Amino acid sequence: MAVQKLPLAKALNESLRKALETDPKVLIMGLDVGKLGGVFRITEGLQKDFGEDRVVDTPLAESGIVGTAIGLALRGYRPVVEIQFDGFVFPAYDQIVTQLAKIRARSLGTVKMPVVIRIPYGGGIGAVEHHSESPESLFAHVAGLKVVTPANSSDAYWMLQQAIQSDDPVIFFEPKRRYWDKGEVDTEAFPGELHKARVAREGTDLTLVAYGPMVKTCLEVAEAAAEEGKSIEVVDLRSISPLDFDTIQASVEKTRRLVVVHEAPVFFGSGAEIAARITERCFYHLEAPVLRVGGYHAPYPPARLEEEYLPGLDRVLDAVDRSLAY
Amino acid sequence: MTVESTAARKTTRRSSGTKRTASASTSTTKKTSTRAEADAVEPELVQLLTPEGERVQHPDYDIDLSAEELRGLYRDMVLTRRFDAEATSLQRQGELGLWASLLGQEAAQIGSGRALRDDDYVFPTYREHGVAWVRGVDPTNLLGMFRGVNHGGWDPSTNNFHLYTIVLGSQTLHATGYAMGIAKDGADSAVLAYFGDGASSQGDVNESFVFSAVYNAPVVFFCQNNQWAISEPTEKQTRVPLYQRARGFGFPGVRVDGNDVLACLAVTRSALERARRGEGPTLIEAFTYRMAAHTTSDDPTKYRRDEEREAWEAKDPIQRLKAYMENEGHADAAFFEELEAESEALGKQVREVVRAMPVPEHMAIFDHTYADGHALVDEERAEFAAYQASFANGEAE
Ligand SMILES: Cc1ncc(C[n+]2csc(CCOP(=O)(O)OP(=O)(O)O)c2C)c(N)n1
Repeated sequence: MAVQKLPLAKALNESLRKALETDPKVLIMGLDVGKLGGVFRITEGLQKDFGEDRVVDTPLAESGIVGTAIGLALRGYRPVVEIQFDGFVFPAYDQIVTQLAKIRARSLGTVKMPVVIRIPYGGGIGAVEHHSESPESLFAHVAGLKVVTPANSSDAYWMLQQAIQSDDPVIFFEPKRRYWDKGEVDTEAFPGELHKARVAREGTDLTLVAYGPMVKTCLEVAEAAAEEGKSIEVVDLRSISPLDFDTIQASVEKTRRLVVVHEAPVFFGSGAEIAARITERCFYHLEAPVLRVGGYHAPYPPARLEEEYLPGLDRVLDAVDRSLAY
Repeated sequence: MTVESTAARKTTRRSSGTKRTASASTSTTKKTSTRAEADAVEPELVQLLTPEGERVQHPDYDIDLSAEELRGLYRDMVLTRRFDAEATSLQRQGELGLWASLLGQEAAQIGSGRALRDDDYVFPTYREHGVAWVRGVDPTNLLGMFRGVNHGGWDPSTNNFHLYTIVLGSQTLHATGYAMGIAKDGADSAVLAYFGDGASSQGDVNESFVFSAVYNAPVVFFCQNNQWAISEPTEKQTRVPLYQRARGFGFPGVRVDGNDVLACLAVTRSALERARRGEGPTLIEAFTYRMAAHTTSDDPTKYRRDEEREAWEAKDPIQRLKAYMENEGHADAAFFEELEAESEALGKQVREVVRAMPVPEHMAIFDHTYADGHALVDEERAEFAAYQASFANGEAE
């Protein structure tokens, strides 16, 4: 067994290295991914070891990056594209939504689209505008795309390779404020399914559903609640599309209460979808309405206000109390 | 590199300027670009002041400035550099979250900015602190977004200086649309749009070229080619000199020595006049250099060599104008001393204002999202207020 303790960013780097080694068709593409190793150093050292043909510095044009990745995929390559920050994916949004997502269906399933788009997302790092957004719902809403997000180093390592192996386009959201958090990675253990949720902590009184950066926050909430004698179960979704409702359902049938937590605005967010489906599936089990905690219907605020905007321990605990009060 | 550039500089001395001046263009571009540069017609670089501070003539872009005007340009550059240095040190002291320095680009910004009339409109990207300065924007206004207390926070119509734009290239389309509006109104003002060599690859920039050409919009595109887009050299964006692109879109392009404030002023003035006459857009490529890191978060040692920066230091825009003014007796020692004192005062003022900048109160998150109000925002604001108040009560108990 090869178990290592790695920061999430380093786990992604190791994962890309493994993918490049395993499959000569895998390519890395993006801004500053070469010598610099990406602004978050996720591709550090890869160009040095695999060359400029495999780790490709691109012109500064996101639509160009994704559009050419589509062409490379048509030619049999498996491009892994890096978008520098969440707010800069939009010049490529047209290519992703109108082309990448639909080519398989339009070709009656004859064409594969094994393109992975890595996007560091979310706030909490004190950045300027367009560097802290959580646009996952905008992608999950589009049929033809898969949307996943790891919350720890082990998932970062395994899920990225699974995404690269997938013949479907995968939007791979990386929780940037967790890049520096260390966790154990077993590089030999058989990974779980890419689209299966994980019970990150068992509990009996209430289920918290989260993904990406909020998983850690919810585990802290469960810890704090335990001190007050409350037993909280935490489900880490891992995949937003497809979404593993069975795991949430099983948890809610046990705990009878559900709070969904994400950084993205609540309005029309993934929490709305989860609340609606779980209400359908678990109507007679629920002791309280499904509650959501997330961002507001306001532009992501300047850095000095982001702690107020982002769901933190107190806001989630508050929702837990409200749910338990029903 | 240094030897090469000294040799190159000699060739431009007292040259007519119409010659193919190799100085900034070939001597400083990185080795890998030589194939592309050789394929292309060797670019012409408009220069009026050599790196040694000698005045040279150019048949198309001559300019006659009084000693007072020269001192004004010099003052602008020195104060802008001082402001920039203060912001950099404020970032290091933790007062700003990030800073994008303009070090080395003062001539490009002051020269182009001083070509504007008050009724012209400017669309900057995020590094145009010198242009903001000449537009009369209070420099401390630029710091709010870097401190993390707002996302811009000024009214663009006060100084006809738009908000900084972080998504690369977006503003070039806004500039074009604004210019189309000027033409529709029958007015004779013009628009100046800034972007970088990296941004020149964006679809939006290319679309703005198409629109401005088709509608003959009175817009001047001012590309500061500072050689780098974070870690990517210009040859990762283009295989022909950027100014030559304009031709394919149907309007003229010109490359100017971006470290020569006189040339930047002359070329921009001429392009703005052309726009006012209804002759449409121009692309100006200011050939310059980013002396500092891309931003304070960047580490240029990962991708570029020190010698490159040293070669460009020899072309410093401020030293060059100073040498010229001293040689020609356009300024005396008292002028430089007073300016030094003024710089210090500016630095001190900036430091004080930044440190005193208040963090907006929590509820500001919901402000200004809609003009007409929005039921959901009202609801969320009320919930947020109640939530915040619950803490206040808890503390009081
Ligand atoms: C659409 C978009 N993609 C990526 C970025 C991230 N980014 C910020 S500045 C920069 C480099 C820009 O280079 P250039 O246009 O040459 O301007 P410079 O910073 O050198 O002045 C990049 C890639 C961005 N701001 N916008």
